[in-house]
Amino acid sequence: MSQVKTARPLPNTLRYQGGLSMRNTKAVWLALLALAVAGASLTVGYAAPVRVGPVTDDWGVVRVARGQPIILAYWLVVAGPDASLGVDSRRGIEIAIDDKKTVAGHPIRLIGEDTGCNAEGGQTAATKLAANRQIVAAVGSSCSSEAVPGAPILCKAGIVTVSPSNTAPRLTDPKRGPEYACYLRTAHNDLVQGRAAAMFVYHVLGLRRAATIHDGSPYAEGLANVFADVFKRLGGTITSQEAVSPTDTDMRPVLTRIAAGRPQLIYYPIFIAAGGHITRQAKEVSGLENVRLMSADGTFSPDFWKAAGEAAKGMYNSSPDLSVEALGPRYQQFLQKHQRKYGERPLSAFHAHAYDAAMMIFAAIEKVARKDAQGNTYIGRKALRDALFATRNFPGITGNLTCNPFGDCADPKIAVYQTISADPAKWNPGTDPKKLWSMPRQ
Amino acid sequence: MATGAAAAPRVRRFSFVDAFLWAFRLAVVVVVVWGTVGTLRLGRYTAEQWKDFFVFGLAQGGIYALIALGYTMVYGILRMINFAHGEVFMSGAYTAYFVAAPLAASGFLNRHPLASLVILLAVSAAVSTAIAVLVERVAYRPLRRAPRLVPLITAIGASFFLQYAFRGLYGSGFRAYPEFELFKGEWEILGVGILRTQAVVLVSAAALMLALYQFVMRTKAGKAMRAVSEDKDAAALMGIDVDRIIVLTFAIGGAAAGAAGILYALVFKQVHFFMGFVPGIKAFTSAVLGGIGNIPGAMLGGMFLGVVESVGPALFLDGLGIPAPYQLKDVIAFIMLVMVLIFRPQGILGERLAGKRA
Amino acid sequence: MWRVGFVFGVVACFLSLAGLVEALHARWVVDGVVSTGQALLLALPLAAGAVAVRRAGDSWGGGLWGGLVAGAVVGICVGALVWLGSVVNLRAMFVNASPTLFELLSGGRPPNAAWPFAVGVGGLLGLMGALASRVRGRWVRPVAVGCAGVLGFALFQELVQLLLQPEGLAAVRDWLFVSGGGPTAQGAAAVFCTAAAGSMLRSAARRTTLPPRLARAVWIAAGLFALAVLPVAGGPFTAQVLVIVGLYTLMGLGLNLEVGLAGLLDLGFVAFFAIGAYTVGLLTSMGEHGIAHWSFWAAVPVAVLVSLAAGVILGIPVLGIRGDYLAIATLGFGEIVRLLVLSDALRPWLGGSQGVLGIPKPVVAGFELSGPQHLYYLTVVTSAVVAYVAWRLQDSRLGRAWMAIREDEDVAEALGVNLVSVKLLAYGLGAAFAGVGGAIFAVMVGSVFPHSFQLLISIQVLALIIVGGMGSLPGVIVGSVALIGLPELLREFGEFRFLVYGAALVAMMLLRPEGLLPAAAQRRELRAFEEEFVAGAGLPGREPAAEGGG
Repeated sequence: MSQVKTARPLPNTLRYQGGLSMRNTKAVWLALLALAVAGASLTVGYAAPVRVGPVTDDWGVVRVARGQPIILAYWLVVAGPDASLGVDSRRGIEIAIDDKKTVAGHPIRLIGEDTGCNAEGGQTAATKLAANRQIVAAVGSSCSSEAVPGAPILCKAGIVTVSPSNTAPRLTDPKRGPEYACYLRTAHNDLVQGRAAAMFVYHVLGLRRAATIHDGSPYAEGLANVFADVFKRLGGTITSQEAVSPTDTDMRPVLTRIAAGRPQLIYYPIFIAAGGHITRQAKEVSGLENVRLMSADGTFSPDFWKAAGEAAKGMYNSSPDLSVEALGPRYQQFLQKHQRKYGERPLSAFHAHAYDAAMMIFAAIEKVARKDAQGNTYIGRKALRDALFATRNFPGITGNLTCNPFGDCADPKIAVYQTISADPAKWNPGTDPKKLWSMPRQ
Repeated sequence: MATGAAAAPRVRRFSFVDAFLWAFRLAVVVVVVWGTVGTLRLGRYTAEQWKDFFVFGLAQGGIYALIALGYTMVYGILRMINFAHGEVFMSGAYTAYFVAAPLAASGFLNRHPLASLVILLAVSAAVSTAIAVLVERVAYRPLRRAPRLVPLITAIGASFFLQYAFRGLYGSGFRAYPEFELFKGEWEILGVGILRTQAVVLVSAAALMLALYQFVMRTKAGKAMRAVSEDKDAAALMGIDVDRIIVLTFAIGGAAAGAAGILYALVFKQVHFFMGFVPGIKAFTSAVLGGIGNIPGAMLGGMFLGVVESVGPALFLDGLGIPAPYQLKDVIAFIMLVMVLIFRPQGILGERLAGKRA
Repeated sequence: MWRVGFVFGVVACFLSLAGLVEALHARWVVDGVVSTGQALLLALPLAAGAVAVRRAGDSWGGGLWGGLVAGAVVGICVGALVWLGSVVNLRAMFVNASPTLFELLSGGRPPNAAWPFAVGVGGLLGLMGALASRVRGRWVRPVAVGCAGVLGFALFQELVQLLLQPEGLAAVRDWLFVSGGGPTAQGAAAVFCTAAAGSMLRSAARRTTLPPRLARAVWIAAGLFALAVLPVAGGPFTAQVLVIVGLYTLMGLGLNLEVGLAGLLDLGFVAFFAIGAYTVGLLTSMGEHGIAHWSFWAAVPVAVLVSLAAGVILGIPVLGIRGDYLAIATLGFGEIVRLLVLSDALRPWLGGSQGVLGIPKPVVAGFELSGPQHLYYLTVVTSAVVAYVAWRLQDSRLGRAWMAIREDEDVAEALGVNLVSVKLLAYGLGAAFAGVGGAIFAVMVGSVFPHSFQLLISIQVLALIIVGGMGSLPGVIVGSVALIGLPELLREFGEFRFLVYGAALVAMMLLRPEGLLPAAAQRRELRAFEEEFVAGAGLPGREPAAEGGG
């Protein structure tokens, strides 16, 4: 049986024991508070580094007995209307587990919670995971709003978490605060991708007038705003910034409004369903017959071609560089495994990021795991966190991952692709959709 | 008695409520007028574009109307909100995909487009009818005498259950409907270019409305339906098998929803487990707008809602300088709904007697 | 019996294809022996047998034969599914028709051997089910309760393991559970015995009744003790779930004033919850959208007032609207509020989809209520205060006026009830309660996002007060525990949450249309109505309600 000891390592802001003063409160409050503190003290451990077996660690140590599984957790949205986002990521993790089979000589067990793509769901799921002292690391969350309250809870418990699909810049902002010290992501920061898209449109395509559409999700809103800001700074004109709802199907009126501004390009970094409607209907709106279309990695999938049909021909997508010359055949192999295991194509855009998140965690665990004479494994939580932040040039299927000190791990090499055939059977990033441009490294 | 019309004057003269309501109406009118004038002075849109807004709205309204027709039929008989109607709509279209895909793969679909369309409509209507009747049997019939809110909760339960049952069966991704070559492009009708799919939707909605109306007004079964709608107990005394009539209503409503599902798939090309929810709510809104239980009212309500959603944001909000007006189209639609209900609590074409029992 | 068997067989195939069986297969009832998925499959022919025997009349032979046939038919259906799966690629249509599922259904046999296996097992179980429901004896109930206990234990095993994490409990944990896996055989046996013994004790206790007043005092004391100790014993996760239950209770109490007492259907109740949350968020936030940096305690009264005002303002336009028209109008308000807080137009003030961040935790005398265990007490105290207010309101003149307009507006007006002010008070006070809930929600999450205020919440609040029993205050609490708490505890089955939730809503309303803990008046009415109805129309009514109530 694995046992775990906890440490209370993080800065003062995170402690809930400090500065307790119960003078001058009424008896009822006293009684209630006493109970509450009793409760807190059950969960609060020690403030000094913990030594278990051969490992000493500030955040606590997970001991995995010989032959027992190492437990990896996910906290993703796997229910409700946004479920395909999280299920897609979870499948990426499951395939990573199939590929990896064992970590440091232990099998891997995946447990997880639904987060519902809202803040309170993320908080509840994180609270539940944080209570389980056998969890070594986590993959999540799906939506940025879940990570805002959820990640600090996991950090408090010393569980490092890697998100496959959070893109909100503030989560890895240099000013993000110590309570996010255990948070990393393999998804692209909106700042990186939005900037790359704007530069491509302005410099490579040489266009000066663009319109944007987002769907009210933090991902799309963030990308659309970054794109608009950078594009304006470069000297271009944003003719209008529109928003739709992800469940909208009839986009023609909003496209007609856009047509009135006579843009040369529409940038809509949203997801497959609504993106498909926009792509199909844009050609049907008078005034937009010759407008160019561009989207982001949320629609970079053969499924999008199914949704958009012939209308997708010629459109641009910014996405991590998935081409064979950049990555080798790794991504193609992943897709084959996915088809075999689940009987369908990936549901959304972040399966590969989730696969990389899991693989990165496994590699870091192997780096820090120590064994004792009986073959039990000890993993220091802070050591694991440090090992993950120290990831350099990790060969993933979304690129070569290098983590910066604030948790951004995605390969900054953003490429722009153009759809040639729009035939899902011919999907092969690199040749079709054809890679046009790659953002130069800074 | 409590007719809808009596509801407003019930409020005492010159109370603060009256003042508030007048202020509310005035505010809406001022905003609308100011926004409209502002928009027109901006001159952002050409006449051509205004026409486009209108036609797109009509077409979308056709979709709402198609679903609302079934909704309003069921409501007319049972006086209950069939929340699961959106899911009935989804079930047919989603299931028919598994017929459409092989048809398209074998090339039959575009060789015999009309035959394929009939096959798809039949499959979809059959599945939707089966689901509607099943829901009625399991979730509504045992509760015919229960307090009014109880069937509302079972309807919500049935709606959740169906959504997630289909999600479990067919998966949580979407499926892309094959394209009919026949319905690509535009037709020129009276000098107005209209997309073929939209024309098909509008014509079908009108045809369905006429058929349902004739059925309810002219046939014996329709007469029985109206009798049941007026008074179940009296109808039973007159020798009408109330349960059979209710099942029949659900079956017809289900078939209409199934047909609507195929037309929806024809226009939007995507089906998934959640596709029924939002159109279901919009159809309910349309039915209420038109006067719930009233068949031509459902058609009118759907069209009205579609046009408001399409024209409204550009016309009212653009002139006020509000960014991304189309994000607020549902806000406009619901405010319109409330306005209509304040002026005519029984809906545009609703019967005046609906007040008490509704 | 054929029909019963067929219905259950279809259910078995549906549950398999919908993925529920396979998902439950990952969780052991007894580690290495039987999984909850298998238990579910095995339970179906058993139940089919039990149902079939009831329809077969009194004869023993006929009853057992009926059970056997019904069980076998379930087996035939499952066998047919396995056979079909081996012939065509079902997966093109049903994404969950995976090889693992077919292996599970056929017990690892090749498809043609699976058929006799399934029919045999099904028939046997059907027979057992029939036998069990025929044999009447004192032991039947404890055995059933014991089995249910074992299944419940298996279902909630993750939670139990979480609770047994402290070092001191390691021995118990290792005895109950295989390390890193499901319950051990002795663990399951122990749970079975405990549940069965509990059931026997309960029926024994029923015979020796305590004086009602003492019994009530014991119940209340036990309840209070449980309320105080639960989060401490259960850890932060239990506390978090209880806080959420508490927030729904607050909303439920508010909506109960509107729907339960005054009879005003409201499908947009989440609007007031959102308004309360955003008010506190904006007033207290230390982030970029904060406008005042107030403390939580200063912001709460403002939030309550703002929600109250919003309730009144949104109530005025719908004063003259009734019934289902009211449902759609209020649903519209809920959506309007959500769309406005999400909109680009108000983003400079409300943060759009990026939300309002950096909401500090409340501080009591220098002590920060930070974790869910602390906020739990805040929620409990608030809920208690609000419940007290609701309780006093219910028996007040205003409460009686509400009930009068619920029964008949026109009569109430004729009797001198001022419809306008009474209705507006219902909207306003209901909204204020929800605003309090929203205020706590804002500090609980520490940030406010538009995505937290979906239509789903309004629907769930309405469902919980109706499932709990309309117009009944304890019903609100029971409803939110049943509809919010239990699904939260089973979060890891997220994908099937709404499937089960939907089915449970329907089943609950069919079995107890008056709710779990109906208000006394409601219960009287329903019964009176039913008696009249049964006598008048000669239709089969439900059996005279025999439940002990309370």
